[in-house]
Amino acid sequence: MPPSTYAPVAATGVFTLTAWVVALPMIGAAILLLGGKRTNAWGHLLGCLAALGSFALGAVLFFSLLGKPGDARSYDQHVYTWIPVPGFSADAGFHLDQLSMTFVLLITGVGSLIHIYSVGYMAHDDNRRKFFAYLNLFLAAMLVLVLANNYLLLYAGWEGVGLASYLLIGFWQHKPSAAVAAKKAFIVNRVGDVGLSIAVMLMYTTFGGFAFTDVFNKAPGADRDTILGIGLMLLLGACAKSAQFPLQSWLLDAMEGPTPVSALIHAATMVTAGVYLIVRSHVIFDISPNARLLVTIVGAITLMMGAIIGCAKDDIKKALAGSTMSQIGYMVLGAGLGPIGYVFAIMHLVTHGFFKAGLFLGAGSVMHGMNDDVDMRHYGALRKYMPVTYVTFGLGYLAIIGCPPFSGFWSKDKIIEAAFAQGGTSGWVLGCTALLGALITAFYMTRVMLMTFFGEKRWVEDEQGHEAHPHESPKSMTIPMILLAVGSVFAGGLFSIGSSFANWLEPVTGRAEGHSPINTTVLSVITLVAVALGVGYAWRLYGTRTRPVPALAPAGSPLTRAARRDLYGDAFNEAAFMRTGQWLTRLLVYFDLRGVDGVVNGVAAGLGGSSSRFRRLQNGFVRSYALSMFGGAALLIAALLLVKA
Amino acid sequence: MSAFPYLSTTIGTPLLGVAAIAVLPKERAALARPIALLASLVALGFAIADAVAFKTGGPRFQLSESYAWIPTFHVNYSVAVDGVALVLILMTAVLVPVVILASWHDADARGGALTPQGSPAESKRSVRGLFAQLLALETLMLGVFAATDIFLFYVIFEATLIPAYFLIGSYGGARRSYAAVKFLLYNLLGGLLMLAAVIGLYVASTHSPVGAAFSFQTLSKAVGDGSLTMAGSTEKWLFLGFFIAFAVKAPMWPFHTWLPDAASEATPGTAVLLVGVLDKIGTFGMLRFCLELFPHASHYFTPLVLVLAVISTIYGALLAIGQTDMMRLIAYTSVSHFGLITIGVFALTARGEVGATLYMVNHGLSTGALFLLAGFMISRRGSKSIDAFGGVQKVAPLLAGTFLAVGLSSLALPGLSSFVSEFLVLVGAFEKYPVAAIFGTTAIVLAALYILWWYQRTMTGPVASSVEGFKDLNRRELAVIGPLVALIVVLGFVPSILTNFINPAVSQIPAHVQITQQAPHSVAQDSATQGNGSGQ
Repeated sequence: MPPSTYAPVAATGVFTLTAWVVALPMIGAAILLLGGKRTNAWGHLLGCLAALGSFALGAVLFFSLLGKPGDARSYDQHVYTWIPVPGFSADAGFHLDQLSMTFVLLITGVGSLIHIYSVGYMAHDDNRRKFFAYLNLFLAAMLVLVLANNYLLLYAGWEGVGLASYLLIGFWQHKPSAAVAAKKAFIVNRVGDVGLSIAVMLMYTTFGGFAFTDVFNKAPGADRDTILGIGLMLLLGACAKSAQFPLQSWLLDAMEGPTPVSALIHAATMVTAGVYLIVRSHVIFDISPNARLLVTIVGAITLMMGAIIGCAKDDIKKALAGSTMSQIGYMVLGAGLGPIGYVFAIMHLVTHGFFKAGLFLGAGSVMHGMNDDVDMRHYGALRKYMPVTYVTFGLGYLAIIGCPPFSGFWSKDKIIEAAFAQGGTSGWVLGCTALLGALITAFYMTRVMLMTFFGEKRWVEDEQGHEAHPHESPKSMTIPMILLAVGSVFAGGLFSIGSSFANWLEPVTGRAEGHSPINTTVLSVITLVAVALGVGYAWRLYGTRTRPVPALAPAGSPLTRAARRDLYGDAFNEAAFMRTGQWLTRLLVYFDLRGVDGVVNGVAAGLGGSSSRFRRLQNGFVRSYALSMFGGAALLIAALLLVKA
Repeated sequence: MSAFPYLSTTIGTPLLGVAAIAVLPKERAALARPIALLASLVALGFAIADAVAFKTGGPRFQLSESYAWIPTFHVNYSVAVDGVALVLILMTAVLVPVVILASWHDADARGGALTPQGSPAESKRSVRGLFAQLLALETLMLGVFAATDIFLFYVIFEATLIPAYFLIGSYGGARRSYAAVKFLLYNLLGGLLMLAAVIGLYVASTHSPVGAAFSFQTLSKAVGDGSLTMAGSTEKWLFLGFFIAFAVKAPMWPFHTWLPDAASEATPGTAVLLVGVLDKIGTFGMLRFCLELFPHASHYFTPLVLVLAVISTIYGALLAIGQTDMMRLIAYTSVSHFGLITIGVFALTARGEVGATLYMVNHGLSTGALFLLAGFMISRRGSKSIDAFGGVQKVAPLLAGTFLAVGLSSLALPGLSSFVSEFLVLVGAFEKYPVAAIFGTTAIVLAALYILWWYQRTMTGPVASSVEGFKDLNRRELAVIGPLVALIVVLGFVPSILTNFINPAVSQIPAHVQITQQAPHSVAQDSATQGNGSGQ
C-alpha cells in the first residue's frame, strides 16, 4: 500500500497537548540550569517528574490517536512563527502522526526509566542536579527532532541532541578523555550537520520551503538529480548522528559518558535519529533508487564493522557500543530497502531501544558493583552475586541475538527477509551480509555474557586497593532494568501479532511486499542456524572449563588487532584530517604573520624609507596623526572648491 | 521631520556624560565611572524610545532630522534610520553600558585586565580619560549609523578613529602602541580611498540633473531613476573606493591583519566596541552605500567579493584554530564571521540581507560576550595564553558555563541567536551562489573546532595549578554578562523582535539594487499537475 497523502489537519482538542510533550522537559531543564545550587536538593525529582509527565501526555495522545481511523492520524500544531523573513518562513510547529507518536513513546518511556535509574546511579555525584538538567534538555531536543513539522526545526532538534550528547559525554569534564570524546562527538556530528543543512537549503530552493507539506507534496514533481542530491545530503546527516560508516568513529569514544547516558542517548534514542530522518523523508528516498542503494550499502558496511569491533573489545561498554553501531546498521539497511523495509527498520529500532537500553543499564549495574571497572576480563561468575542484573541482562541478550520468541527475533528476521526480497544481486549480497551479521552478533554477545556472568572470578583490586565486592544494585536501578527486560521479551511478539506494528505505521511510510527468492520459513531456519553457530563458537572459546578466559588479552589475529583499534577508523581520520588540518593551520598562521602581515609591514616600512623610520613614525605618531588630519582636511576643501568653481 | 529630535537626543546623550566627566575635579575622578554608566544607560533608554517611535509599517527612513551644516557644499547634518540602522543603534546602545561596567577597573594602576607589570605608562591611565572616550566613541558610533548625509557619514567614520586609537594606545597591553598605529594606518588608508570616492560621487552629482548633493536619499533615488548616471568605469572606481574602506573596516582577507593585533592589545572592553560595533560600519556601509549607490558595479564585482568573503570565512576560522592567544583567537573568529556577513550582503537576496543584518547584531552580542569573558579570565590569571589555563570549570563553574553558552552561540547552535542569522545568510547565498554557500558551510564544522577545542583546553581536564583559587564570576561580572546571554537566548527563540524592523527595511531597498525578494521559484506550479498525472 502506498502511504496516505501528506495532508495533516490542524490539531484541536487533546492534540494540542503535543507542544506540552516538548515543553515539560524544556521547562525542567530551564529550571534546573537557571536555579543552580538552590535546586540541588530536589533537582533529580523534578527531572524525573518532567520526563514522566511528558510520557503521560504521550500516552494520552497515543490513545487519542488510536481512536481515529488509520489515515486520519496526522495532526499539525502551529506554535509560533520562528523566523519570519520575506519569502522565507520557519515555523515552530509540531507534527503528530504514527511515526512521531512511536518515537515520542520510545523517547519518553525509555527516557523516564533512565531518569529513574540515574537517581540511584548518580546518587554520589556532586553534580547530579546538572546531570538531570542535561537529561531533560536531551529529552526536549529529541522530542523537537521527532515532532518538528519542518526540516529547519528538525535541524534545530538535531543539533540540540548533539549539544546534549556533548554535555553528557563530557559530564565528567575533569577527565581529559571525557572532554576529548565529547568534543570529537560534536565535531563529527557537525560534519553531518553540514549535510543536513545543505539538504534544507536544497529543499528551500527547490520547493520554495522546507515544511513537510512543501517537501512531501512537491518532491514527486521535482528534478530527479536534485532529489538524489537531497537524499545524499540527508544520508550524510544520518551517518553522523547514527554513527554509520564513514562517520562512525565518535560512538565508541562516547562511552566515556555516564552509563545511563550511553543507554539513553547512545543506544536507544539519539543514535537512531538517522533512521528516523531517512524514514521520515521516505518520499525523497521512494523516488530515488540510487540514494536508497547507497543507504543500504552504508547500512551493510556498518553492520559488519560494528559487529567485528564488538567481538574484539574487552571493555563491556565498547563491546555494546560496537553492537549498537551494528544494530543501527541493520535499521539503516532496512530503511534503505524502501517500502519493503521502512516499517521493519522502525520496528527494530523500537525493540532495540528496549533491549539495548536494558543491556547498557545492566552493564552499568555491573560496573556499579565492580568499582566502575569496565574490563570484562576482570569480571566472571557474577550471576551468583547480581541475580537481577544477570536475568535482565540475559533476557536482553536473548533478544539481541534473535532467539525466538524474544523481541529481536521478530524485527531482525524481518530485515534479513526484506534484504533478500530486494531481489537481484544486491538482494543476495545484502541478505547474506545481514545473515552473517546475525552470526557475528550471536558470537560477540555470547562472549559478553559468558565473560561477565559465567566462568571463574577474575576480580581485581582497583587503583586504590579496594577489593571488588559485587552486589545487586538498589531498586531504583533494578526496576527500570526489569521493565526494559519485559519489553525485550514481549515487544517484538506483540508488534508481530497480526502485523499490528506494520499496520500502524503503514499509512505514514507505505508498505510493499517483497518477493524473497528463499521461502521465508526456510530463511528463518537458516538464520537460527547462523545464530546457533555464533553462540556455539563463543561457547567453545569462552564457556568451557578447560580454557578459562585469560586475564590479559592474547595478541590475537590481525583482524582482532584491527578490530581493537576500531578498524582503524581513528587512525584514518587522524592521518587524513587531523594531521593535514594541523599542518594547514600551522602553515596559515605562519603565512599570516610573515606573508600577509609581512608584506603590509614591509610596504609601510619601504614607503617610510626604512623600518627604523617606521618605528619612529609610531613613536611620534600623535604629531603625524594631527598633521595628516590637517592634510586630509585641506585636500578635501581644495577638492570641493575645485568642483564648486 | 519628526516633532521630537529622537535621534539627535540619542546621539547627544553620551556627549553630556563626556561634559560631566570633563568638569569633574581631579580628586573625584572615580565618579567618572557611575556618570559614564548612567549616561550610557540613558542613551540606551533613548535608543529604545527610537525603536518604539519607529513605525514598522511606515516609510523606509524615519525619525529624520536635517539641518544645514556647510550650505556652500550642500552638506547637511541629516540623520534618519531605516530598520537596519535602527537595530545596529540598539545593539550599540546595549553594548556600551555593558562595556563600561566591564571596564570598571581597566584604568586602575593595577587590576586592569591587561596592565603590563611595571609599565611606565600606568600614570597615563586616567580614569576620566577612559570613560570620557568610551562615551565619545558611543556618540560617534550612534551617529555613523544614523547619518544619511554621505559627507557627515564620512566625517564620523573617520572621527571614530580618534577615540579608538587612544583607547587602544593608552589603555592596552604591552604592544599597544604598535597595535594602535597599525589600526590607524590601515583605517586611514581605507578612509582616504573613501574620501576620494566621496568627492568623486559629489562631482558626479554636480554633473547630473539632480545637482550637487550629499544626501543619501537624493542620490539613491537619482541612481534608481536614471537621473544620476555614471560611466561604467567611474562607477567601478567609486565602488572600489567605498568598498575597500569598508573591507578594511570589517576586516576582510587580505586586509585583516590589523584586527588580531588591535583586539589582542586593546582592553577587552575596547575590543568589544572595536570588533562588535566599529567593524560593523564596514558591513553596514557595504549594504547601505555600495549596493545602493553603485548597483552595476556591485553586480560586476559580486563574484570577486564572494570569493574574498569565502576565503575570509575559511581562513579566519583556520587561523582561529591555530591561535594560542585568546584575544587573537576571537579576532580571527570575527574575520570568519565577517566573511559570512559579507556573503549575505552580496548574495543580493532578501534572505541574505536580513541574515547579514541580524548577523551583525548577533555577532556583536556573542563576540562581545566572548571578549568580556576572556577578559575576566585574563584579569584572574594575568595571561592571555590558552595554555595558561586548565580545568577552570571545576573552580569557576559559572564562568565556564556562561563561556560555553556564549561559545555555542558563536558556533551558531540553533536556539541561540547566531544560528538564525547564519542560516539565513547561507540559504540566501545558496539561492544564487550555491558554491559560495557550500564553501561557507565549512564554517559550521570549523567554528565547532575553534570554540570547543578552546573550551576543552581552558575549562576541562584537571585543574591547572595556576587556576587554583580562581574566583567565580562576581556580581559586577554577572551584571555584565547576564544581559548578553539573556539576549542571545531570547533572540535565538524569537528573532522576530529584530526582523520586525529589518524585514520592511530590506523590502524597501529600491528596486534598482535588484534584491531578489521572492522565495525561489518553486517546482510546485509547473509540476504539481504533471506530477499527479504521471504518478506511479
